Amino acid sequence: MIALRGLTKEFPGGVRALDGLDLEIADGEFFALLGPSGCGKTTLLRTIAGLETPTSGNIWIGGTEVTSVPPGKRDVAMVFQDYALFPHMDVTANIAYPLRIRKVPRSRREARAAETASRLSLSELLSRRPGQLSGGQQQRVALARAVACHPRAFLFDEPLSNLDARLRLEARTFLKRLQRELAVTTVFVTHDQGEALALADRIAVMSAGRFTQVGTPTEVFQRPANTFTAAFIGSTPMNLLPGTAGDGALRVAGAVLPLPGGVPDGPIVYGVRPEYMDLSPTPRADAFAGKVAVVENLGTAHLVTLESREHLIQAVVPEGAEPSAGTAAWAVPRPGRGLVYRDDRLVSPSPANGENR
Amino acid sequence: MSRLKGAPSPPSAARPVGTAGFVLPALVLIGVFLVFPALWTIYLGLTDYRLTGLEAADPRVVGLDNYTAALGDERFRGSLWLTVQFVLGSAVIGQAVLGFAIAWVLRDRRGPVKRVTEGLVLLAWILPSSVVAFLWIALLDRDEGTLNALLHTPGAAWLLDHPMPSIIVFNVWRGTAFSMMLYGAALSNVPPSLLETARLAGASTLQQLRDVVLPHIKGHVLTNLLLISLWTFNDFSTFQITAGGPDGRSEILPVYIYNVALSGGRLGFGAAISFLVLLVNLVFAVAYLRLLRSRRTDATPKAAP
Repeated sequence: MIALRGLTKEFPGGVRALDGLDLEIADGEFFALLGPSGCGKTTLLRTIAGLETPTSGNIWIGGTEVTSVPPGKRDVAMVFQDYALFPHMDVTANIAYPLRIRKVPRSRREARAAETASRLSLSELLSRRPGQLSGGQQQRVALARAVACHPRAFLFDEPLSNLDARLRLEARTFLKRLQRELAVTTVFVTHDQGEALALADRIAVMSAGRFTQVGTPTEVFQRPANTFTAAFIGSTPMNLLPGTAGDGALRVAGAVLPLPGGVPDGPIVYGVRPEYMDLSPTPRADAFAGKVAVVENLGTAHLVTLESREHLIQAVVPEGAEPSAGTAAWAVPRPGRGLVYRDDRLVSPSPANGENR
Repeated sequence: MSRLKGAPSPPSAARPVGTAGFVLPALVLIGVFLVFPALWTIYLGLTDYRLTGLEAADPRVVGLDNYTAALGDERFRGSLWLTVQFVLGSAVIGQAVLGFAIAWVLRDRRGPVKRVTEGLVLLAWILPSSVVAFLWIALLDRDEGTLNALLHTPGAAWLLDHPMPSIIVFNVWRGTAFSMMLYGAALSNVPPSLLETARLAGASTLQQLRDVVLPHIKGHVLTNLLLISLWTFNDFSTFQITAGGPDGRSEILPVYIYNVALSGGRLGFGAAISFLVLLVNLVFAVAYLRLLRSRRTDATPKAAP
């Protein structure tokens, strides 16, 4: 278990990279830290590793307080974005390096390295140098080095982002299976929301050194607690439109939508994912009217951008149903898929329990 | 003649002439000031040429007599041994180790501490050697010396009692800047994630140096050691402090040659020893060139399978 209490990190010059974070990560959990660059996610990971010292607050790993314990004594293994393999050592020596520092006898550590390597299908490459390996192989050697020393926690700093797109999908599946088998608590930093949704048991979305939401991928995707999370999660950006609630209806960008329960009258922001919109060729009261500005091919579907007065509204339509650019169209949000925000907090549907801790 | 008639001369014909024309002045300069003196030194080394007296007017070729005399000479062998001490003490141990240590300590620093340290070390390097020598005489002087005032040891004659340590420390102080800058640049090329991986594995500072830093900067270390050894081997600035004294106890080879050839007037003998020094320099130079070549072949990328 990894626990944080009031963790704050202020860099010289007054930049608050971490701003009073509280978090508990359960044993064996695959936990993703997600956010745009500069949000503090890597700083948080490095602080857990002990490579950065927090300005205030405390860290526990496995029930022991480690706030002032040096990184080498925290019993965690980190995989860096550039893999950080020692170029002058062969694969065996790289995997066995942490064991060598712990003075495990040569025969034992080489046996352990070989065993770990076979698990990660690296057996053929044991005597190669990192410079003779492909990117995917290097990534697996870095993983093997982390696995071989049986740490209490894995810390991954964007380990997939240097792989090309197809390999990244394979490595992602592989990583998830490996973590399931080993059942070691894992903290994973990524800026790719798709990666976080696919891998993690829980996700913490970060912005400006704070968690904007902590929850399961389903919670974070279906009920983003605020407009930042709403805009950040999802492969196509969510439509977020200002409007008003009153007289038993929502009035948003020319559309009159049914008022969900629990929404008080007043100004709101209405959010709906492009995937949850349908296009109608005929006018409807509960639709956003607009002119088709751009049609982007997504392969199995098309992303249609409508110009509607001062707003741009996006909808995903299935193959073959795409309108041509310049025609009028009406985008209808599917019932029950709209999200209503007031003062940047989700008011409808009612937020899931355990959010915004 | 055809070139005069043909409108623009074809470049293939013109190029060798033009190239030679550009290179010739430099070649002449090198010939006059480097090759000729070197050959002249070899010739002089085979004669009994002197600054004054009969041999000055009519030098005789004496063959390898100067060399056998030098190798049998107590003073030459003593000087050679002092030079080895000087090179090992001030260059290899002093400048390289101190330069690396400063670069290592300052590697993550920003701001005034780094700038002031670097500025001071660099200052020692860029001052003219005559100025530096005067500063050191003032520092180490027996009667009014700054060091004696600082240590409350009035009357300690550093230059007389400890001439070798004095010039070794002097040369360390003077030459550390180069090593510091070279290692500073080398260290900034070590990926931080490698050091952090070692730290996370629990490696001590020494283990980090052994497993991460040194393998990464091996080429820089060799280059540095070769260059500063070569420079220190030929360094003459200590002459301005001790002039080889007292009693030849700090007479390293360049100073020895000067004392023998110019003060003592034995130009032929001095030339012979200069040639021996040249041979040692050649060994360094060849080692350095080989190293550069092997690094260049290492640097060609290996294809990843």
